[in-house]
Amino acid sequence: MTQHTILNATHRALGAKMVDFGGWDMPISYGSQIEEHHAVRRDAGMFDVSHMTVVDLHGPRTREFLRHLLANSVDKLKVSGKALYSCMLNEQGGVIDDLIVYFLSEDFFRLVVNAATRDKDLAWIGRQAAAFGVTVTERPDFAMIAVQGPNARARVLDLLTPATREKAAKIGKFVAVEGDGLFIARTGYTGEDGFEIIVPEAQAVALWDALRQAGVVPAGLGARDTLRLEAGMNLYGQDMDETVTPWEANLGWTVALDEGRDFIGRAALEKQKAEGVPRVMVGLVMDEKGVLRHGQRVITPNGDGEILSGSFSPTLGKSIAFARVPAGAGPAGLQVDIRGRQVPVRVVKYPFVRDGKPCEGV
Amino acid sequence: MQEIPGDLKFMKSHEWARVEDKGTVTVGISDHAQSLLGDLVYVELPSVGDTVKAGNAVAVVESVKAASDVYAPVSGEIVAVNEALPDKPETINEDAYGDGWLFVIKPDNLAEEQEELLDPDAYAELIENDEH
Repeated sequence: MTQHTILNATHRALGAKMVDFGGWDMPISYGSQIEEHHAVRRDAGMFDVSHMTVVDLHGPRTREFLRHLLANSVDKLKVSGKALYSCMLNEQGGVIDDLIVYFLSEDFFRLVVNAATRDKDLAWIGRQAAAFGVTVTERPDFAMIAVQGPNARARVLDLLTPATREKAAKIGKFVAVEGDGLFIARTGYTGEDGFEIIVPEAQAVALWDALRQAGVVPAGLGARDTLRLEAGMNLYGQDMDETVTPWEANLGWTVALDEGRDFIGRAALEKQKAEGVPRVMVGLVMDEKGVLRHGQRVITPNGDGEILSGSFSPTLGKSIAFARVPAGAGPAGLQVDIRGRQVPVRVVKYPFVRDGKPCEGV
Repeated sequence: MQEIPGDLKFMKSHEWARVEDKGTVTVGISDHAQSLLGDLVYVELPSVGDTVKAGNAVAVVESVKAASDVYAPVSGEIVAVNEALPDKPETINEDAYGDGWLFVIKPDNLAEEQEELLDPDAYAELIENDEH
């Protein structure tokens, strides 16, 4: 059955084109997804991300549990409100999901996990939590709105009461505060500054409408995808899954091999690191016309790879992609098979775009 | 959604064809098709002088979302292509039945082949059914 967020009728009233996304009926765009993309890069846009799953973890041993569950180290979280991006791995080191964990107090952490992986995530977390006596509570009573862009924070702050505004204005990146019934986190999936706001469903439509009146442009999943790709951020299911380790998905920076911490998948990761990682993820730019797309074959001197996330970059005006290729391939001599035509591509360091501007070398 | 001009014929695969006074056939994709594809970013056109066969893929339109083949509604020779499109593919989004035309065919067998095409009412019905 298709699920609807509390903002579904609002999207439809705005004339959004709706698509199925992981079982949810979501807006792909409200008109032009390229214009929505530019609105986020240049001003402020907002996304309904209420389909994402909020999971609260309670219990005195919650930190100890997360040390075991996550490949990144929750010991980096020392101040209440601080957030961390991490992979959750299986015993083989494959990625079950990527998520954000918020430290609220020693007996209360909050996770935000992907919508499409909700069922398996909850099952996995629940199974692992039992041994630590941690209570796992999904929060379907929350909606979530991501407000992103160079002017996003200012637009949100204007709508808050003075006390909350003062707190929210001060937080650094990857930190959350609570106020006015909202959970306001300075996080995002676009490469721009902004907030992701977890809001009780009863308040969500009013918040969306107020943001729109303040000039924040509604943006759909189409723009969200091109924004996050330009920003060099992975999409679960496309760039990594349970058959891929963080080393193979360019997520090594999220793995903390801190001494003595026995997290799920650690042994497999250490083994693969010692033996050599067979495949790596690279960023590609195509200077010729055309669009790189998921599943296209990448021809390298070391054997074939494949396009993971691929799309047109509205900021660069050409196509960009992530590809998984045999280790040691490139940077020169790569081609992509586009409908039988072999088109040269360049391997580049990503992010492709940062703070609204193309990165050097792209 | 733009109104469908009465002088057009359509393929089920959403190409439109207009028989011009001089007997050539101008081809584009329907407004419905551009709306399904979303923002177009790339167009691959045939070359003038190419011989095309009705029902064969002769051009490609790509949006941010997807690539889609464009089929020739009638057989014949390509006598013109819309040179402005490769630099401004969004013209198709803005004016699918006008400035967003793709190419012109000098048909070999128009009388017979155009019988296979849908008139505007039949096409409107087709996309209506698509949406339900």
